Amino acid sequence: MTATTEINNIISEENLVYKKTDVLLDNEMHYCPGCTHGVIHKVIAEVIEEMDIQDKTIGVSPVGCSVLAYNYLDIDWQQAAHGRAPALATATSRLMPDKYVFTYQGDGDLASIGCAEIMHACNRGENIVVVFVNNAIYGMTGGQMAPTTLEGQVTATSPYGRDCATTGFPMKMSEMVSLLPGTRFVTRQSAETAGAVRKLKKAIRKGFENTREKKGLSFIEIVGTCSSGWKLSPTQSNEWMKENMFPYYPLGTLKDE
Amino acid sequence: MGDVRLMKGNEVIAEAAIRCGCDGYFGYPITPQSEIMETLMIRKPEDETGMVVLQAESEVAAINMVYGGASCGKKVMTSSSSPGISLKAEGITYLAGAELPALIVNIVRGGPGLGTIQPAQSDYFQAVKGGGHGDYKLIVLAPASVQEMNDFVDLGFELSFKYLNPAMILSDGVIGQMMEKVELSDYKPRWTDEEIEKISGSWATNGKKAGGERNISTSLDLDSAKQEVFNHKLQAKYRAMEENDVRFEKIACDDADYLFVAYGSSARICQKSVELAREKGIKVGLLRPITLFPYPTKQIQEMLGQVKGILSVEMSAGQMVEDVRLAVEGKVPVEHFGRYGGIIPTPEEVVEALEEKILGK
Repeated sequence: MTATTEINNIISEENLVYKKTDVLLDNEMHYCPGCTHGVIHKVIAEVIEEMDIQDKTIGVSPVGCSVLAYNYLDIDWQQAAHGRAPALATATSRLMPDKYVFTYQGDGDLASIGCAEIMHACNRGENIVVVFVNNAIYGMTGGQMAPTTLEGQVTATSPYGRDCATTGFPMKMSEMVSLLPGTRFVTRQSAETAGAVRKLKKAIRKGFENTREKKGLSFIEIVGTCSSGWKLSPTQSNEWMKENMFPYYPLGTLKDE
Repeated sequence: MGDVRLMKGNEVIAEAAIRCGCDGYFGYPITPQSEIMETLMIRKPEDETGMVVLQAESEVAAINMVYGGASCGKKVMTSSSSPGISLKAEGITYLAGAELPALIVNIVRGGPGLGTIQPAQSDYFQAVKGGGHGDYKLIVLAPASVQEMNDFVDLGFELSFKYLNPAMILSDGVIGQMMEKVELSDYKPRWTDEEIEKISGSWATNGKKAGGERNISTSLDLDSAKQEVFNHKLQAKYRAMEENDVRFEKIACDDADYLFVAYGSSARICQKSVELAREKGIKVGLLRPITLFPYPTKQIQEMLGQVKGILSVEMSAGQMVEDVRLAVEGKVPVEHFGRYGGIIPTPEEVVEALEEKILGK
C-alpha cells in the first residue's frame, strides 16, 4: 500500500474530526504570517455557526489591519470610520434588538481615536459584543506606537523605545471598562496555543449568549501578536508576547455578572 | 384643514420626524437647536411609534450612530448647529461614500469657531460644496418657514432614499427659534421589516438572508480603478439630482427689472424688501432657491434676458453669491449683500443695498 493510498483511505467522512466552518469564506487572508487576526476570525465564525445565528449577526469592522474583516466572514458587515464602530453598533443593536451585533477593533482604533465611543457604549451597556485585539502597535500604517505599546517598546514613532514620561503609559482597557456598570462580561484572552484558542472560543460564545439574553455589553480583549510591526518571527513574537505582554496585560476574566 | 398649531421651528422638526415614520434620532445638545432633541425626549416616541431617540456622547458618535442605523435600511436622522456639523463632517462623507440615506439638520449659527449662538447662513459652502473630504454632494434643502421645517423632514427622507445619499436641512437660528402657524403632516407608520426588505433589501445590513447575498456597508475600495468607476457613478447620481430635483420659488418675478436671490430666512426678509422697493418704483423680484444642491442655475439663467442686475442676499460674507455668478457668467452685474456674525439684516437695509450696489451702477 503506497503512502498516498493510505492517506486517501484515512480522508473519509467517518474519520472527519474537523471541518472549516462555512461562515469563514475561502478568500485568501491579507494578514501577515503569525498574525493573530486569522485565528480570531475563525473562532468568531465557528461560534456564529454553532449558535446558528449567521442570518442574525452584523459585524462592524474598524480602520486598521482588520478593516477588511468583511472579506472573511460570510455575514452582513458595516465598515466604520476609525474608532467609531461602537457608535454604529449602538444604533444597529437598538434599531434591531433581535440581532447579534459585534464590533471588531484593534488597539489604535479602540483605545486611541475611539476611546470616547467605546467608553460610552460600555457605560450605556449596549447589548453588543466588543472584540478588542491588542497587539500593542498600529499594524496597517506601518508599526507606530499605540496607547497599549509597552514601556520601552520600539516602534516607528518610538524609535528609542516608548518613554512613558512623555508619551503616557500603556492603557489597560479591560480594567478600565470593567469599572463601568454597563459592562457585564469583561475578559482578556490570547490565541497562541490550542488551549488558549479553546478558552477564547468559550469567551466569544459567552459574549454572543449574553447578547441573546439581552444582558448588555461583553468586552473580549485578545492579546495578540504583530510579527511585522514587532520585527520578530512568528515564533519569536509568541515568546515576546508571553514574556512582555502577559505580565502587563494578565489573562483572565475581570468581570462576569 | 389638518392638525394646525402654533409651534417653534425646532419643535416642528421633532414632531415631523415622529409623524413621517422616522426610526431613530441620534443627537447631542448645542444651541440654537437643542429643542429638537428635548421635544423628542418629552414626546417619547419609543412608546408611540417605536422610534429610538438617543442622546449620544458627542456629535461624532451621533453621526456614526446614524451611519449604523442607515446601514440597516432604517430612516435615521441627527441634528446640530454649525460647530457640531463640523464634527459630523467625517461621518457625513462616509455616509455619502457608502451611499446611505440619512437626514442631517443644521440650525446654523454664526462662526467661525465657537462664533455666536445667533443665526447666520455662513455654512453654505460647508453644506453645498463639501465640508468633509472627497468628491461628494449632499441634497440640501433650505426651509424659509416653520411650515417648510415640517414638510422638508419627510421630503428629505424621500430624496435621500430616492438617491441613496444623505440629505441636509440647512436652516438657521431664525427659522429654528421662531413660532409660526404650521399644518402638521399626517402620521405615517414606520416601515415594517418586509417593507425595508422591499425598499433596501439589496444593500441593508440587517442580517444575511439564508441562500441570499450578504450586504456590506462600506466606502472603502483600495483598487483605484474601481474607486474611479464608483466616483463616476456618484457624479452621474448628482447630475440626475440636477436634472430632476431642483426646487425653487419665484416671487414678483414676472415684471422684474432686478432680482434678489436669497434662501431661508434671508428670503423671508427679501419678501418684505420686494414690497418696500416696489413702493419706491423699483421693480424687483425674488428667486428663492429651495434646494441649494441641486442649485437652480437654469432658473437664474432664464431671468437673464429680463433683469439688469442681481443682488445675492445672505447672512454670510458672500458664499451663495459664487453660485449666482457661476450661473450668470458675467452677463449682468451680480453683487452680494450680507450681515453676519449673528446680525440679521432689515428689509430696509436690503433695499438700500440694492439701490447702492445694483441701481447705482
